[in-house]
Amino acid sequence: MSVAAASTRARSAILSRLRAAAPVALPAPDVAAHYASADVPPQSVLRERFIAQARGWRAEVIETDADAWPSVLADVLAAKGVRRLMAGRYTAIADALIACELGAALDWYDAPIETLKPVLFDTVDAGITTTLGGIAETGSLVLWPDANEPRTLSLLPPLHIAVLREDALHPTLHAVMSQQDWASGLPTNALLVTGPSKTADIQRLLVYGAHGPRELVILLLRTEPTA
Amino acid sequence: MSAVRPAADPEAFKDNARLVLADPVLRRGFRGAMDYLADKRAAQFPDHDAFEQLRGLGEHIRKRALSQLPALLEQLESALQARGVQVHWAEDAADANRIFLDIARRHDASMMVKGKSMVSEEIELNHRMQEHGVSCIETDMGEYILQLDGDRPSHIIMPAIHKTKEDVAAIFAEHIPGAGYTEDVDQLIAIGRAALRDKFRQARIGVSGVNFMVAETGSLVLVENEGNGRLSTTVPDVHIAITGIEKVVEKLEHVPPLFTLLTRSATGQAVTTYLNIISGPRRDGEKDGPREVHLVLLDNGRSQAFAEEHFRATLQCIRCGACMNHCPVYARIGGLSYGTTYPGPIGAIISPHLLGLASTRDLPTASSLCGACGDVCPVGIPIPDLLMRLREAGRHRTPAMQQREALKGQGSVRSIREVFAWKAWRMLYANAGRYRLFAWIASRLRGLTPTRQGGWTRSRTPLIPAPRSLRERLRSARATQRDAGEE
Repeated sequence: MSVAAASTRARSAILSRLRAAAPVALPAPDVAAHYASADVPPQSVLRERFIAQARGWRAEVIETDADAWPSVLADVLAAKGVRRLMAGRYTAIADALIACELGAALDWYDAPIETLKPVLFDTVDAGITTTLGGIAETGSLVLWPDANEPRTLSLLPPLHIAVLREDALHPTLHAVMSQQDWASGLPTNALLVTGPSKTADIQRLLVYGAHGPRELVILLLRTEPTA
Repeated sequence: MSAVRPAADPEAFKDNARLVLADPVLRRGFRGAMDYLADKRAAQFPDHDAFEQLRGLGEHIRKRALSQLPALLEQLESALQARGVQVHWAEDAADANRIFLDIARRHDASMMVKGKSMVSEEIELNHRMQEHGVSCIETDMGEYILQLDGDRPSHIIMPAIHKTKEDVAAIFAEHIPGAGYTEDVDQLIAIGRAALRDKFRQARIGVSGVNFMVAETGSLVLVENEGNGRLSTTVPDVHIAITGIEKVVEKLEHVPPLFTLLTRSATGQAVTTYLNIISGPRRDGEKDGPREVHLVLLDNGRSQAFAEEHFRATLQCIRCGACMNHCPVYARIGGLSYGTTYPGPIGAIISPHLLGLASTRDLPTASSLCGACGDVCPVGIPIPDLLMRLREAGRHRTPAMQQREALKGQGSVRSIREVFAWKAWRMLYANAGRYRLFAWIASRLRGLTPTRQGGWTRSRTPLIPAPRSLRERLRSARATQRDAGEE
């Protein structure tokens, strides 16, 4: 029997066994009500909560604004010794990256990974991405990779820099999911990122930089100019 | 390094447990790790009422999903197919391995990189692929250490919990070319990272497990800290996910409560580094992501647990491992003693469905029924109750009233000696005359009581009848009182 035929046969056998048990459908849980009881805090509280949580997970959070962030980025790159930064073309931050003095070479992620593997694995020091939002409760970033901003841009380089607008902060994962209506339009890969990658697999000792980025820097763009 | 290697066989459970109990290094390791995880979890749930509320929601979500499981699986399948994911069904381990091998052959792949997946352990994917010349590389740091050493995971969340950093230093120095001996944990992780980066770069196929499947959106949700799960599901040309049929939930909004229950119960973290929601292969114009995504849905005994309402609760499990972290038996004998993929209390209630009661008959007895596992379970599985039901199912050939069919291995623990012993006990204790006669004889013949009484005297003093039964002593006490009163 071919593998496909075996799968089809297994499918009908499994489903008919499950149906034979004749489970009685229970009422749907009211997830929204569970989260509705929590009051929505003002912007400043969300911001402070996000910063504290993100730092708790060893992310560096730098408060800046929509005009000043490229020069702040240049400082970060200099401080971390980044020589090659990679970014996605045609993103909301691309023009600003082109316009400013980064002090590092800028690589575009504009070819398939198959071509770019040597660059991504060996030479790029940092990847910069936009974010779709932030979650104050846990200090998490929402990443929404697409054709312009591939998945591995936030994964393979040892340093991940994320640009987050303050007005994209939400209190909880449930809140951001419902407000942005994720259920009706998920990308091929949606991500929550909280701090740099880590492991405690050897004797419970926490080490940052397991397989993903060793460092995460969040440029938090304040709604009000930071002066 | 501890030389103790318990056998990967649940029938060897008692011998395995004895082996581990005699190893102070292993025992200290487990005790320390379990206390650490229990404390971290407790810190995440400071408010008992809030925990109960969240757990009630988690339980409701899982119960609701199971209550419409066949329909949800069909909905999931169509949603995934609409997004370009290929769905395969497997009755058992052999089916699942054939599917993996078929995909590997079509892509001419000789190597797979694998993120952590307990279901892949369940089907012994690594060994089966190796038999056909396909190497399957573990990329979770803990699993990688174990694979290099030819060892098995002892905990579902912290697989290498039984290894010390000195163990890991020796394993890396021996097996990774160019790695010197170091006990510095940062350096050890850096060595592992570098060694595995090459594998991620070369592998054509990436394998992963799944934490939740969402029927509504056709999504596979993965929870992890290391980033190896993201790499395995993103860099290779082909991603194959494997999971049990029970892991489906109805809606995307059902994920946040389960996600927070999972991470807080498992490692005491409010959140993990990554929540990875995969809904299809690379689309036109996208520059990375696998070109093919496959999902293997495995039954392997789960539909037996599903068939009966009480046992169905077993399938609510979200694999957090909190029940093992809080189990006084697990903390002493460790995960390897169980000889099964899933150890601890959850292993004791799921393994009999996967493997049959005959080989797993000792596992449901590996519990003092203290109830800690049930208290901490984030989705409200009544584990102690299910342990009792499995003990009974092992002892009775005919299924209990609610059970439609006999379990695999139903009645296999039944022994004529035990049946006879209980019959004799009932005969003596249900009739006052017979009991009196028995008590009188037993107390008179107490000198003949054997000092070796099987398992009882292995760690206890022998049972010897009292010189006079309570009844006799009461009678003589009353007689003395009466005499005193008459004087």
